[in-house]
Amino acid sequence: MKTGARILLEGLQREGVETIFGYPGGSVLPIYDELYDSEIQHILVRHEQAAAHAADGYARASGRVGVCLATSGPGACNLVTGIATAYMDSVPMVAITGQVPTSMLGNDAFQESDITGITMPITKHNYLVKHAADLPQAVRDAFYIAGTGRQGPVLIDIPKDVMTAQLEEVPPVGTARLRGYQPTYEGHALQIEKAVGLIADAARPVLYVGGGVIAAGASGEVARLAELMLIPITTTLMGLGAIPCDHPLSLGMIGMHGTEAANYAVTECDLLIAVGVRFDDRVTGKIEAFAPNARVIHIDIDPAEIGKNKPVDVPIVGDAKSVLQRILHRLVKKEGREGWLDRVRRWKEAAALGTDTSAALGPAYILAEMSDLLGENGIIVTEVGQNQMWAAQHYCFRRPRTWISSGGLGTMGYGFPAAIGAHFARPDETVVDVAGDGSFQMNIQELGTVAHYHIPVKVVILNNMYLGMVRQWQELFYDRRYSYTELPPVDFVGIARAYGVDGMRVEEKADVRPALLAAFESDGPFVLDFRIEREANVFPMVPAGAAINEMIGRRQR
Amino acid sequence: MKAHTLQVLVENKAGVLSRVAGLFSRRGFNIESLTVGTCEEPGMSRMTIVVLGDDAEVEQVKKQLNKLIDVIKVSDITERSTVDRELALIKVAAEAGDSRAEVMQIASIFRAQIIDVGTRSVILEVTGDTEKIDALETLLRQYGIKEFVRTGKIALLRGSKGAKAQK
Repeated sequence: MKTGARILLEGLQREGVETIFGYPGGSVLPIYDELYDSEIQHILVRHEQAAAHAADGYARASGRVGVCLATSGPGACNLVTGIATAYMDSVPMVAITGQVPTSMLGNDAFQESDITGITMPITKHNYLVKHAADLPQAVRDAFYIAGTGRQGPVLIDIPKDVMTAQLEEVPPVGTARLRGYQPTYEGHALQIEKAVGLIADAARPVLYVGGGVIAAGASGEVARLAELMLIPITTTLMGLGAIPCDHPLSLGMIGMHGTEAANYAVTECDLLIAVGVRFDDRVTGKIEAFAPNARVIHIDIDPAEIGKNKPVDVPIVGDAKSVLQRILHRLVKKEGREGWLDRVRRWKEAAALGTDTSAALGPAYILAEMSDLLGENGIIVTEVGQNQMWAAQHYCFRRPRTWISSGGLGTMGYGFPAAIGAHFARPDETVVDVAGDGSFQMNIQELGTVAHYHIPVKVVILNNMYLGMVRQWQELFYDRRYSYTELPPVDFVGIARAYGVDGMRVEEKADVRPALLAAFESDGPFVLDFRIEREANVFPMVPAGAAINEMIGRRQR
Repeated sequence: MKAHTLQVLVENKAGVLSRVAGLFSRRGFNIESLTVGTCEEPGMSRMTIVVLGDDAEVEQVKKQLNKLIDVIKVSDITERSTVDRELALIKVAAEAGDSRAEVMQIASIFRAQIIDVGTRSVILEVTGDTEKIDALETLLRQYGIKEFVRTGKIALLRGSKGAKAQK
C-alpha cells in the first residue's frame, strides 16, 4: 500500500528532483511527513513567495525544472508572485500546493483557495488532481510541459485526502500523454533557406538575442554565426551572458537602458536577426521606430511571439540551437562588412566608460570592482530597479546562466530568494544578490533561511535610501516631486547580525575592494551595505514611448 | 473589425471552458459568441467561437489558443464553405387577437415554431443563421420582446473535409 503523498515523492524522484523549496501547513502535512524520510532535500524558507523565487533561481542557474511546495489557501496564494515571475521569463518550474479535502472543495473551507483558477493566467498549465491514481501521470506531464517547448511554470494542486489515500496498485507511468501539446523544434526548411539568403546579402545586419538563446543553450551557435558572418550582437536583459561582454562583436544590452552602440546599430541596421526574443516594449521603445529600415528574421520556439509586436519577414518557429545550426551549415564565410563594423566600433568607442575619478561612492565603481574580483566565477542575481540596471550595465557577464534577474514581471524581492535557489543549483559558484535597499526589504526575512542552512550567498546592497528607479522617474518626468519614494536609513548590518549573518557597512571608495574580498572569502552568508550617492541615475535612458535612438543622459565626453 | 468563426477542438475536461474564456478576457480579445458541446471524438469537445477583430488580432487569438495544453486543434473556417446555425427562443407579447395572429404569421414565414402560448405572450423557437435570427428579432420588436435567448453560432465545414484532431 502506498499513500498519495508517497506516490507524489516517488514521481518527483523519477523526474530527478533533488532539492525543493517549501513551507509546511495543515493541508500538506502528509507530504511533509513523507519528506521526513525522503532523499529529497527540502529547504525551509521563511515565506512561500521565497520558495517560488528560490525554485525559479534554481531553474535559471541549472537549466533544470525548479520545484516549490506550499500549503493550501494563503500558502498557495503566496506563491502567486513567484509563479507569475517565472511565467513572464519562461522559467521551468513545478509548484505543488496542498488543497482542502475533495469533500470540502468549493465550500469556502478553512484555508481553501481556488489556486488552479487563480493561477490559470500565470501558468503554462495546471492540475487539480482528484484521485491518487492520477498522480504519477500528472507529475510526469507537469515536468514535461514545464521543461519543453517555451518553458514555464506548471502547478499541481493536491487535496489532502488524495495525499492520504492508500493505493494497492500504483498505475505505471508512460511518456507524457498530451495530444494537444507538440512543440516545434525543427525550423521550416524553406524559411531557413530564406534566412540564409538574407544573412548572406545584408549590408548592415545585427543579431538581437534574448533569453530563448540561454534556454536553448545556443550561445555557441550565436557566437559562431556572428564571427562567420561578421555580425554585431546585442542582447536583451534576459540574454545577458549569451555572449561574453568583451567579445569584439558584442554591443552590450539593447533597450531602455541599453548601450548607445546597440540602440544606434539596431536603428540603422538593414537586417535584424532576432533569436529567442519577444520584442518587449522595454527593448523596442516606440515600436514603429524600432529597426525601421530592416528586414526581420525571427527565430522563436513560441509561434505566438512571432509577429505579435513587430511584423516579420522570415518567421522561423523552432529551437534556437537547432535552427541556428541548420543556418550555419548553409553559410559561407562573409568578407567585406568592414564599413558597417567600423561604424559600430566608433559608436562603442564614443560611449566607452572612462575611469571613474569622482570621490563619491557610486554603483558603477562597486560593480566594476566586483566584476574584476569575480572574473568568470560568479553568478549575479539581482533585485529590481536601479540596482538591476546598474548590474546589467557595469558587470561583465561572460557565460550563460550567470545573470539571474526578473525581467518580464520586474519583481522586487526576487533576488535574495532566487540567489538561495541558484546556490543549490550551483554550489561551486559564488552567488551574489545585487540589491537595492527597497527591494532587499521585500524578502529580508530570508536572512533566516541563509543563516539556518549556512548558505554562502552574498548580498550587495546599493543603498541610496530611495526606491531609486521610481525616484529617478520622478526626477525626470514628475518635476522632482519625490512622492513616497524616500526610505529612512536602515541598519542592515544590525539586522543581518540579529539573524546570525555577518555584515559590513561601506561608505568610502577605498573600502570597497577589501569589503568585497571579505565577503567573497567568507564561507557563509554575508551582507554588504554600500551607502552610495543618493541621487545617482541609470543612464543612458530611453523615455517610455520614445524611439530607442532618442536616449537621454548619454555619457559626456 | 470583422467576425471570424473559429472551430476549436478541446479536451473534454473540467476547467477547459474557463481556460479558453479566460484567455479571451485576459488578452482583451472581443468574443462575440462561444458554444461548446461534446462531439464525435471520444473525450473531446468542439467549440465554435465567433471573435471580432482584424486579421492580425485573430491570428494572435489562434496562436494563443493553440498554446493551451487542452486545445487540440484550432481552425479558422471564416472563409470556408460552412453550414452554420443558431437556435433562439423568443418570448413575444401577443394578446389574443390581431397581434397574436400577426406574430404567428411572421413565425410561419420564418419557419419558427410556436412552442408555448400564454394569455399575453407566445414563445417562438427558431433556428437559422445569424442574419435570419437578427431579422426575426427586428420584426418582432414592434410587438414587444419580453425575453430573448440565443445559443450562439455552431458551424461545420461542408462536404467531406472536417477539422479533425492533429494540430
